[in-house]
Amino acid sequence: MKKFFRLVGVIISSLALVLVLSACGSKSLADQNVVTRAKRTNTITWGVKADTKLFGLMDVKNSHINGFEVDMAKAITKQILGPKGKAEFVQVTSSTRMPLLKNGNIDAIMATMTITPERLKQVDFSRSYFDAGQSLLVKKGSPVKNVRDLNHKGATVLGVVGSNSVQNVAKFAPKARVLQLSDYAQAMTALKSGQGEALTTDNGILAGMSVENPGYVLTGGAFTKEPYGIAINKNQPEFKRDLNQALTKVEQSGQYNRLLNKWFGNVPGMNIKEMER
Amino acid sequence: MIAIFHNYGSLLLQGFGQTLLCSIIALVFSLIIGSMFAIFETTPIKFLRVIARIYIEVFRNIPLLVITMFFFVVIPMFVAKINGFTAGTIGLTIYTSAFIAETVRSGINSVDPGQMEGARANGLSWWQSMRYIVLPQAFRYVIPPLGNQFINLVKNSSVLAFVAGFDLMYQGNVIASDSLNTMSTYICIGILYLIITLPLSYWMRYLEKKLA
Amino acid sequence: MKDFINAYSWINIHYLLQGLWITVAVSVVSILGSYVLGSILGIIRYVNIKIVSPIVGLFIDIIRNLPLLLIIFFTYFGLPNLGFRPSSVWATILAMTVFESTMIAEIVRSGIAAVDPGQMEGARANGLSYGQAMYHIVLPQAMKKMIPALVSQFISLIKDTSLATIIVLPDLMHNAQIVYGQNSTYILPMFLMIAIMYFIVCYALSLLSRSLDRRMS
Repeated sequence: MKKFFRLVGVIISSLALVLVLSACGSKSLADQNVVTRAKRTNTITWGVKADTKLFGLMDVKNSHINGFEVDMAKAITKQILGPKGKAEFVQVTSSTRMPLLKNGNIDAIMATMTITPERLKQVDFSRSYFDAGQSLLVKKGSPVKNVRDLNHKGATVLGVVGSNSVQNVAKFAPKARVLQLSDYAQAMTALKSGQGEALTTDNGILAGMSVENPGYVLTGGAFTKEPYGIAINKNQPEFKRDLNQALTKVEQSGQYNRLLNKWFGNVPGMNIKEMER
Repeated sequence: MIAIFHNYGSLLLQGFGQTLLCSIIALVFSLIIGSMFAIFETTPIKFLRVIARIYIEVFRNIPLLVITMFFFVVIPMFVAKINGFTAGTIGLTIYTSAFIAETVRSGINSVDPGQMEGARANGLSWWQSMRYIVLPQAFRYVIPPLGNQFINLVKNSSVLAFVAGFDLMYQGNVIASDSLNTMSTYICIGILYLIITLPLSYWMRYLEKKLA
Repeated sequence: MKDFINAYSWINIHYLLQGLWITVAVSVVSILGSYVLGSILGIIRYVNIKIVSPIVGLFIDIIRNLPLLLIIFFTYFGLPNLGFRPSSVWATILAMTVFESTMIAEIVRSGIAAVDPGQMEGARANGLSYGQAMYHIVLPQAMKKMIPALVSQFISLIKDTSLATIIVLPDLMHNAQIVYGQNSTYILPMFLMIAIMYFIVCYALSLLSRSLDRRMS
């Protein structure tokens, strides 16, 4: 008799599990109109990085996140919602940002995210707001001069889970082994402790790291084009239009160039004049 | 879900193997180290007892992640380069050995002290009586708790994901961000963990009942 | 030495303390939650209610045999599919509560099972109902036996909150990573500091349990 009930329990539990699984597979709740909700609550929730100098970095003094992307997000929020509009920030990493957007925890991602064809299958992007290119960060005096130098067995390249730079390494240096860490702070720490010969990601991010860590330099120039876009959920044409319009206004008013100069003006190896809009 | 198994089968298999491998290595070493400290704790020599006590208390009260990250980040800066898998396995070994020491010590204590006295009276040295009389009996008591420690070890090995140790959880994170099918991926990963841990846990419960 | 002095500036220590506060707050809420839920699950499992107990048993066995990290992913990434969007703090608390309550359920079940069955029979023979006998006679004795196991489970819980850095819970581990991520000379000092902080919290709890144990026996 007891065995029978155990069997029944197993069957019911597996049914329940299947139910939960199918619920997980069903459509997410991120389908409501973001613009309508943002206007009602007077806030847009942005997913930003907190470990990336110049783009989004945690200030240990007051627990605020600062950087180019944070300032841009604030400017765009004010363009869409008016001067009283609030921008809320949720800290994301390369691996958490997509699920958080799809789940509706955040309205938009502004976290050094390149517009790629694969990602366009999953999400929509605004126009590019920053043109980066993938590069390498190595210890000063390293024999690695460009990405081809890493294309041999035994070479280890460090990257971050969920970034497309690790996939690019497979294209440019297929023989190298790639270690994917959970965020840039971890990856930089791993580079310093010699876990890999080079850290690869976009030049803007690497520039920030080399400012912090004088013993490390960018090498080999950019070997890909990485236009950063604001990622939003699909089926939000209104939000996408508003974002693009707001971006245009920020650019035309000269605010874009001011922010660019504020964050990247003193970074060696960055050609600001070329990037101004 | 089936698509995940289908498309990423080799990655999942590799992760499964690494998880199993590091768990087994860590189990063997933590058994040796743990038993050593357990014996230290029961020796008549005060110095060894103090050493064992400090080791156990320190590593039982610090998170595994901190220990593992320490070996991944700090040791390479000052001592020698070690990769994520090794750092993770060392971290797991040290952490688990503190728990195993406690388990084995309680096993030794549960052996009737008369056994030790009897063995000593028959002319065996302290170490001989420990080795041939007390320890074999102690280990019989502690097999179920040791099995549970191994289950914990398998679960805790997910800490390798933080140090790029190529274990199951690491591959899970990689697959989740590649396929963008987060939940299905993690459910697959969960099933693979259960394949190791669930039968073990039922077996240990059976052994517990049998010994009781 | 200079690294240590710079690393332990008030700004950094203050930031670590903020992380410690999150660690402690998340732990305390999860400990309370998992204690209540775990006791209920453990009793259900012990008294063997038809149909309910086997299902609860299977649920417990599945959850407790998964890595906590996976449960954290489930609550953070999975729950929104069911219409509930927790922040990283609540996702951690939820994951911790569910996971630890299954561990505690096992402790409670075996704790009750370890009480001499004669106690229950005696109480029933003296006219107490099953519930009364359980509540007044069996549970208090089981409690005494469970304290060491419970406390070491709670200590594990505190330590395991560090895993939630992966979903950016701003806890002690995460804040230390932010600090040493910005300046690599702080790496060693930060590791020592957080090891000490975790140790103090966990060791204090285990001392408390030992004194409690002594007072009860």
